[in-house]
Amino acid sequence: MASLWFDLALFSDLLATGGFVVYLIKQDRRVFRYSYWILFCGFIFHTIFLGYRYYTLGAVPVLDLKSALSFFSWSVICVYLVFQLKSRLMVLGSFVAPFAAFLMIISSAMPWKYGPVSQDFKSIWLTLHVCTIFIGNGLFAIAFLAAIMYLIQEYQIKNKRFGSFYSRLPSLATLDGINYYSLIYGFPFLTVGIFAGSIYAQYLHHTYWQWDPKEVWSLITWLFYAALIHERIAVGWRGRRAAIMSIVCFCILIFTFIGASLWLGGYHSFSNLNAQKALL
Amino acid sequence: MKIINIGMNHKTASVDLRECLATDPDNAKKALTSMREIKCIKEGLFLSTCNRVESLFTTDTAGEAKASMIALMSRLGNIPEKGLLAASYTLEDIDAVTHIFRIASSLDSMVVGEPQILGQIKEAYTQAIRQNTSGVILNRLMHRAFHVAKRVRTETGICEAAVSISYAAVELAKKIFHVLHDKEALLIGAGEMAELAARHLIAHGIGSMLVANRTFDRAARVARQFDAGLVSFEEIGAQLLTVDIVITSTASPGFVITYDQVKGSLRKRHNRPIFFIDIAVPRDVQPEVNKLDNVYVYDIDDLKGIVELNVAQRRQEAIKAERIVQEEGAKFERWLKTLSVVPTIVSLREKAESIIQCQLKRSNSALGQLTQAQRDAVLTLTRSVAEKVLNDPILFLKERADRPAIDRYLDLTRRLFSLDREDDGRA
Repeated sequence: MASLWFDLALFSDLLATGGFVVYLIKQDRRVFRYSYWILFCGFIFHTIFLGYRYYTLGAVPVLDLKSALSFFSWSVICVYLVFQLKSRLMVLGSFVAPFAAFLMIISSAMPWKYGPVSQDFKSIWLTLHVCTIFIGNGLFAIAFLAAIMYLIQEYQIKNKRFGSFYSRLPSLATLDGINYYSLIYGFPFLTVGIFAGSIYAQYLHHTYWQWDPKEVWSLITWLFYAALIHERIAVGWRGRRAAIMSIVCFCILIFTFIGASLWLGGYHSFSNLNAQKALL
Repeated sequence: MKIINIGMNHKTASVDLRECLATDPDNAKKALTSMREIKCIKEGLFLSTCNRVESLFTTDTAGEAKASMIALMSRLGNIPEKGLLAASYTLEDIDAVTHIFRIASSLDSMVVGEPQILGQIKEAYTQAIRQNTSGVILNRLMHRAFHVAKRVRTETGICEAAVSISYAAVELAKKIFHVLHDKEALLIGAGEMAELAARHLIAHGIGSMLVANRTFDRAARVARQFDAGLVSFEEIGAQLLTVDIVITSTASPGFVITYDQVKGSLRKRHNRPIFFIDIAVPRDVQPEVNKLDNVYVYDIDDLKGIVELNVAQRRQEAIKAERIVQEEGAKFERWLKTLSVVPTIVSLREKAESIIQCQLKRSNSALGQLTQAQRDAVLTLTRSVAEKVLNDPILFLKERADRPAIDRYLDLTRRLFSLDREDDGRA
């Protein structure tokens, strides 16, 4: 049942990605509109899938890498759909959809894990912790993609080599603006997420912070983003340097998200999340 | 009935010849009035711009109408008929139709893709309507021409890329700043090209403008012209902290804007982007300035390079546009053919028959119990009703087949019974 909704979501994401790529090449508005609605349908399927999983597990479905990646993909699309309502910048979809589809493909390649979930995970704080962090991640992903678009466009204008992307990408000011607002909105989500996590840890482990590897890396990520936002606001960093920095920040974030969970151990790691389940 | 176009354009006639007809703005009106008086010309339209003169008309007697049109144009422009004939072209029917489509889509312009021509054609058409010289055929033709122009504009990239240096600069500014209404431009030196660029910036809504020049008088004159502020040459360094676009075109042999000067101002301006358009030769902006982050420098050669690329691109797009013109020309020709009495009567009857068949099919379930003979009787009955209803309109058309107003009646009939529905209608 759940896997059907997952497959539908995956299929829609892939179809939408194809459509967005065709849009990027052909610049036909109709193709964009179809792709957008397909992506929206995929998002609905995905939401049903997550809702169903949440209902059956009793906890947010992020306890293994497969689920976490799919949740990440969902949050990126969620943020994008909201963004699209505001900005109406059509080319953004051609970057977001492939990224989201890529996450879904990796997720789909991993095996399903079933089984009961520890009572510890059935907490509202965990739900809050996960949801805010992932919305933050989604916004940072948009910032990252906007930064890549910025660098492509800036390279063309600076070096006076106008490729096919020149007319397809928006102005530098627009891209810089998207990057800026994604950061500004993403950062509070990340912050609230970390706080919610630490409250949850207090409730579970009776300590707010225990220097678990993922906690440390989250802190590093948070500090990097804080530094970037500070530089942007106070010093007036913008353009190329801010774009590069937000790409670096996003790489650190991805490492925290996947690397720290897979290789560095600690109670955040997926193997331990499932081991706790085994202890039950 | 024939559609004929006699005209001359920048390719066939020299400017002094075109001038003769274009100088007097009342010429179009005079031409239309005279056309109305020429008996053999049924409908007429007269377009005269600095690059072309076109007279478009419909007639039943082609030879006579052409001769009187040439005579009219030569009288109007005070040009000997011989010279006019040598410099003009005469197109008939489908060639005239596609020619008008090509003009409206700006495929025949000196700068392919320039947008003004469509407005000029619309103006000429309004004139013709006001002078009551445009009838069924020209109305349809002109509306199709506007439709073709719109299709060409949206389906091809023919109007997209800038093909003049100053416009290319404005396009770049938009790619950097997105909007210009909150931006300030500084004009250093006042050459003709720089003024043109400034005018383009104003046309695209630049927020404010400053002018600096070594000779104060000239600066004041330019500033007045653009409603711009005035700064002295020594203040340029300070202005770099606030302005967003700098256009330079001084005759100075050295650099007016140096790397160190710009570098020093960047942090103070919070790294807001700054765009230098250097039109001067020798250059006014040190080329290394382009290496700084958030600073973009384009000199005259860069801009020329863009324009050349764009011109080539437009040529590519023009091929696509020609295909659209051909397609629409064929459509129009099909419509023209329907404008005679017999095809209209045939399609009226066809329409009635298709309605009968369709309705019979719908009532099939109710008529289920009838025998074949009864069914045939029903069919005959419905057919005779339809026949009687159509009889009068058909007689009406047949009686008037030879009258000059028949085009209007036919057009009206086709619209009343929507006989052209599959042919995507009017624009």
